[in-house]
Amino acid sequence: MAKHHIATTVNGDNVEFLCETEDTLLDVLRDTLNLTGSKEGCGSGDCGACSVTLDGRLVCSCLVLGCEVGGRKIETIEGMARGAALHPLQERFLEQAALQCGICTPGFLVASKNLLERNPNPSETEIRYWLAGNLCRCTGYDKIISAVKDAAAVMRKG
Amino acid sequence: MTMATGTNGTATNGGSHGVVGTRTIRPDGVDKVTGRARFGADYNLAGQLVGRVLRSPHPHARIVSIDTSRAEALPGVKAVITRDDFGDQPSEFIPAGEMMMNYKDVVRNVMAREKALYEGHAVAAVAATSVAIAKQALKLIEVKYEVLPHVIDVVEAMRPDAPLLHDDLFTVGVEPKPEKPSNVAKKVEIVQGDIEAGFAKADVIIEREFKTAPVHQGYIEPHAALGTVSEDGTAELWTTTQGHYIVRAHCARLLGLDMGKLRVTATEIGGGFGGKTVVYLEPLALALSRKAKRPVKMVMSREEVFKASGPTSGATVRVKLGSTKSGHFVAAYAELKYQAGAFQGSPVQPGVFCAFAPYDIENVKVTGYDVVSNRPKVAAYRAPGAPISEFAVESVVDELAKKLRLDPIDLRMQNAAREGVKAAYGPKFGPVGLEETLNAIKKTEHWSTPLQEWQGRGVASGFWFNIGGETSVSLTVNEDGTISLMAGTPDIGGLRASLTAVVADELGVPYDKVRPIIGDTGSLGFNFLTGGSRSAFSGSMAIVEAAKQIKADLCARAAKLWECKPEQVEFSGGYVKPLGALGDKAKPMSIADFAKASGKTGGPIGGVGRINAQGAGPSFGTHLVDLEVDPETGRVTILRYTVAQDAGKALHPSYVEGQYQGGAVQGIGWALNEEYIYGADGKLQNAGFLDYRMPVASDVPMIDAIVVEVANPKHPYGVRGVGETPIIPPLGAIANAMEQATGIRFTELPMSPPRVLKALKEKGVPTKV
Repeated sequence: MAKHHIATTVNGDNVEFLCETEDTLLDVLRDTLNLTGSKEGCGSGDCGACSVTLDGRLVCSCLVLGCEVGGRKIETIEGMARGAALHPLQERFLEQAALQCGICTPGFLVASKNLLERNPNPSETEIRYWLAGNLCRCTGYDKIISAVKDAAAVMRKG
Repeated sequence: MTMATGTNGTATNGGSHGVVGTRTIRPDGVDKVTGRARFGADYNLAGQLVGRVLRSPHPHARIVSIDTSRAEALPGVKAVITRDDFGDQPSEFIPAGEMMMNYKDVVRNVMAREKALYEGHAVAAVAATSVAIAKQALKLIEVKYEVLPHVIDVVEAMRPDAPLLHDDLFTVGVEPKPEKPSNVAKKVEIVQGDIEAGFAKADVIIEREFKTAPVHQGYIEPHAALGTVSEDGTAELWTTTQGHYIVRAHCARLLGLDMGKLRVTATEIGGGFGGKTVVYLEPLALALSRKAKRPVKMVMSREEVFKASGPTSGATVRVKLGSTKSGHFVAAYAELKYQAGAFQGSPVQPGVFCAFAPYDIENVKVTGYDVVSNRPKVAAYRAPGAPISEFAVESVVDELAKKLRLDPIDLRMQNAAREGVKAAYGPKFGPVGLEETLNAIKKTEHWSTPLQEWQGRGVASGFWFNIGGETSVSLTVNEDGTISLMAGTPDIGGLRASLTAVVADELGVPYDKVRPIIGDTGSLGFNFLTGGSRSAFSGSMAIVEAAKQIKADLCARAAKLWECKPEQVEFSGGYVKPLGALGDKAKPMSIADFAKASGKTGGPIGGVGRINAQGAGPSFGTHLVDLEVDPETGRVTILRYTVAQDAGKALHPSYVEGQYQGGAVQGIGWALNEEYIYGADGKLQNAGFLDYRMPVASDVPMIDAIVVEVANPKHPYGVRGVGETPIIPPLGAIANAMEQATGIRFTELPMSPPRVLKALKEKGVPTKV
């Protein structure tokens, strides 16, 4: 069967690609568009390392097919910093050592940004439950939770 | 002793002095928060093929024949490899992390030869132009198996009538040498004093048997390798590993390549915890590439990671501890039976050594057995072997405290290992910080807060040796005076930040003028792997050596320029300074000044540290946990958690705290939920993150980290390794808290809801499920 021709938007850029029916959005991002910031930890939606937003909704890109995303708006970790300025979440993650190996970090950042867009002042419990779909094996989550909380405070001040 | 408390320190880009001990921003950080950092699966080469592995569906089967002809004939398939593509290896033991492995087994683990020994054991591999073709090719490989009876459990595997994995495996360490082969590879034993006499003096003896389940390291990044072999035998490999020099050695050996012709680059590594100290895909990618004459990329699925890469041992442990009425431990005995997986080499020896190491006991005997069964070969996992034996011992210590009506911290304090105490496994301790961690825990507000019904509080301590070992680094002064640091131990959790701080302090240059990289095997001398909590310890020692060379060289150059004797100049604060009367004639010169004029003063400036680091200081820790049991469902919630551990000196406090917090949460997973579940068919039933339940953010509270610093006198900064000890105490601390919450002594891990419910039901507590 011929490949699908898909036109969509990734981090504000118009992109076109060809994909097989079974190719996931994660496959397309990583292997076709060379956006390797989204990671594959499980391929089954259990680890959140491939988190992206699709029309503003947080999804595991390993559970979305490439041929489903035509005309949608996709945001990935590569689109999080604007120009030279890091996003406050990225800054706080760095300053507070909220990463060790860093493989889960893109997913946590994308998921956290999505949380703060919905809830600018989440409690510790709300952060923990929102991020329960993102696995981190290094940090024990402590510094990640603190970083998200502090980034929210910075962002509320504007 | 100094203490740096608090977990919310904010990073700074420290000045040129006293960077060590501050919370700098990691040099590799921006790449990791922007998605730029390249991990194992992020590398690609033009013309690369996709490699896939065919794995055994049987836990134990003789491989009668493998027919690859139909797969090879499939268009798009460029290479197929089997056991026939690897020459056999003689029996030869080599170090693997803190454990040992045998080349005879390594070659069999990467590709099954006579038999498939566990479900998921690699049997063949293909390289093809697409994923779809590679998958189709695997289906076309015809393997004829003669299915054999299998054995999964360690105690069953030790029975004389158990299915035998290797007919040439004779137990080592027993006299006389056994006449028959068995699944028991090795017996190890340490003896100190006379336990019979010791137990005779005891007023109270507690003896119990414990069982722990095998658990996986659970790194989020699956194994990945990209290999390319040229027609002239030169080869290059990119892989996610804790030790690219070890990968080079194994691959060169297995493929018959010259080590110098194989260049291995360690990619950024997405977690390892010991599990990435061995080879799986790497030799296969190279063998496929050699055959296909194209680069081959291989990435494991999560299911493959669970089924075919090393978990750590499950075990059965018996502990007997004798004490006087006043709480003086007089004798201790333990018997450890550790699963090795399909090939010998469980971490039973470190388990034996560590079991009673936190305590000063005159009479000790520990016996350990290394037992093979039809499971994936175990790999190192954070303080390999120690969490298992120390869990059992810490549980018994707690029970003893209850029986003697003594405070569990006071009882540990009374018997604590301290400077001058000879550990049962041999050495005499130098300054160590166990008492300090016990004191630190006792002083917390956490220790004295009241508890409610169904809540419990537990405490446990832990010990790990830490290691040093062969380490190379280089420091290069660039033309503009900036510094390039090259280290050869993969940075798994902030190493570059710690080492950069040391360079800044040694050379008196600003932190942000030092750029660290992890060099490939062709760029730097040999480095043993990142493991054993050695890389910050050894790397910083090697940097001190390299910096010494630079400082001496610059002083010599200055003496030449200023036409004076070397003793008339000194290096301090980043400058070579003239001393005494010379100060009137000559002006201090910075490293940058020399860098600009290097061509006129003696050529390029740099230093190399090549050391075999000795003097690793053991690290002791004590953990405190509060938890609540839901009697209706058996679910356990961790309410509060405090870690105190001796770091010697925290080079970067945030990443030291991070080790404590991360280790504690891995331990929580080990204690409460994680386990390999096998069916009667010998197949793993939970090879995915949904069913192999690691802790998520909503499962755990904040983890308070107390960094105790009892300097290691054998390190220039006082550093001890910190990475491994934190996973040891949680198992015992949680079991002890469970006892307080429920009145039940749990002796089997994990304390998962079904097991807790069963225990509550047996005790007569009404449950809902």
